[in-house]
Amino acid sequence: MSVIKAEGVTFVYGQGTPFQKTALDDVSFEMREGEFVGLIGHTGSGKSTLVQLLNGLLRPTKGKILIDGNDIWQNPKKIRQVRFKVGLVFQYPEYQLFEETVAKDIAFGPKNMGLPEDEVEKRVQKAARFVGLREELMEASPFELSGGEKRRAAIAGVIAMDPDVLILDEPTAGLDPLGRDALLDQIVSYHKVRRNTVLLVSHTMEDIARIADRIIVMSKGKNVLFDDTRKVFSQGEELEKIGLQVPQITKIMMMLRKNGFPVDSSVLSVEQGFQEIISCLSSD
Amino acid sequence: MVRDITLGQYLPGSSFVHRMDARSKILLLTASVVFIFLCFHFASLLIMTGFTFLVLLGTRISLMKYLKSLRGVLLVIVVTGLFQIFYGSGEPLFEWYFLKVTMNGLVSAAFIVVRISILMMISATLTYTTSPTDLTDALEWLMKPLKLVRVPVNDIAMMMTIALRFIPVLLEETDKIMNAQKARGADMESGNLFKRIKALVPVLIPLFVSAFRRAGDLATAMECRCYDSGAVRTRMKVMRFGWRDLCALLICLTVYAAVLCCGRWLPSVF
Ligand SMILES: Nc1ncnc2c1ncn2[C@@H]1O[C@H](COP(=O)(O)OP(=O)(O)O)[C@@H](O)[C@H]1O
Ligand SMILES: [Mg+2]
Repeated sequence: MSVIKAEGVTFVYGQGTPFQKTALDDVSFEMREGEFVGLIGHTGSGKSTLVQLLNGLLRPTKGKILIDGNDIWQNPKKIRQVRFKVGLVFQYPEYQLFEETVAKDIAFGPKNMGLPEDEVEKRVQKAARFVGLREELMEASPFELSGGEKRRAAIAGVIAMDPDVLILDEPTAGLDPLGRDALLDQIVSYHKVRRNTVLLVSHTMEDIARIADRIIVMSKGKNVLFDDTRKVFSQGEELEKIGLQVPQITKIMMMLRKNGFPVDSSVLSVEQGFQEIISCLSSD
Repeated sequence: MVRDITLGQYLPGSSFVHRMDARSKILLLTASVVFIFLCFHFASLLIMTGFTFLVLLGTRISLMKYLKSLRGVLLVIVVTGLFQIFYGSGEPLFEWYFLKVTMNGLVSAAFIVVRISILMMISATLTYTTSPTDLTDALEWLMKPLKLVRVPVNDIAMMMTIALRFIPVLLEETDKIMNAQKARGADMESGNLFKRIKALVPVLIPLFVSAFRRAGDLATAMECRCYDSGAVRTRMKVMRFGWRDLCALLICLTVYAAVLCCGRWLPSVF
């Protein structure tokens, strides 16, 4: 059963003005229920545009977005329901914080869904735990938090709506390496517990390679590749042609292979690379 | 989308009027507006109308744009026109209860309507053909004499420039924040007035926070570059009074002289 599907989606910004710009050109793909998909592409390749189309913030110029087989724009009045189903965390989401306390801010989404008070409370607590916000921060003003904590609070605000599909647009942009890894780990463990569909947008290969089941590669408004993570990264030259870097370890393995070592070049982490080299050396 | 609002009304181009010095545009426009109000004869009004259309042609912007700019004041034009019709003096042409229509009323109504229309259109040429930055630069130059009475002209000009510079930035930001809140289920399109105002809070608070943050950053950056409002600085784009401005000045002087002559030797229609 596919949860979310794009069929020949084209999107043009400012149609009919001198500033007209085609951001997406005939994009089609399908995500399965419960899978973790990575979306990579250069800045300006249309990633953010695509994710805003998926939750109905933008309306396709051409083509359709289907959720469980239904066109989300069939009834434009019901588009809010789509946004509850497909939760979107924007790039630099800390700008959306506005309430007096962190807890109230996280509760904004669930409250808009019209949930009862105690259910809202429960969801806020749960979401805060998922992203690792400490208990004592819940009553603080969101404007007093550190950058990383703000980011977590904002992400919790979307997780608290408990969406069937969670989309995160470059959630680690601007975080330090430690904070980045910690946040990604939390997203992965959230996915393990909740078992919903997650779409993670990033332009760093290392992040995505480590955690995604499948990867969509975007370039200049088109989705050029959509395949299992290993298969995508085994096409190193293809990726480099469109200006994307494969993870460093994959690159090393590819170079080893080129120089006559029979290693598998589709490894994605240093750990795997280490094992691969050891077994290659010991097999001689 | 918020971003779709065209900023100011500047329509980039390279026509004669576009390439005139912004200072001369402001000065000549002001003078022309005065002369439009000095028209008390059919002849002089005709001259000013002709002049206005000459200027419009000189901008190479479609006439439709100018007609559209009139749409906003259409109501004002119609209402003042109607009042003039019924408030004329002299022999009534026909009467209906207390309403009297006189020849004098009809004439002054026609005058008012034509006057307001050409006034609006000729004023529009300034904002259509001058970029906001050029406009502030010109205003700064024109306000120079105020320095003598200790008006902080440089500061005012800097404030205007910064405000203009940040309008598109803030519009984009508003767009982004609105989308982020909509993604959390905020409903901004339905409900009564009170509900809609309340729905703006989640947009306005982050917007203000970010505007203050930006202002602080900008102030720090300016301090770091030792910005001093009193310092004498050169400009990247030097304003120059060129041959176009001289031509425009000569044409305007001729037109103004013609209007004055009408006033001197023709009897007023009122
Ligand atoms: N609101 C907008 N108005 C006009 N053009 C836009 C807007 N947002 C994005 N674009 C353009 O659409 C293209 C895709 O942008 P985006 O989806 O943000 O890419 P990415 O997220 O991959 O960096 C870019 O060329 C960008 O300039
Ligand atoms: Mg983006």
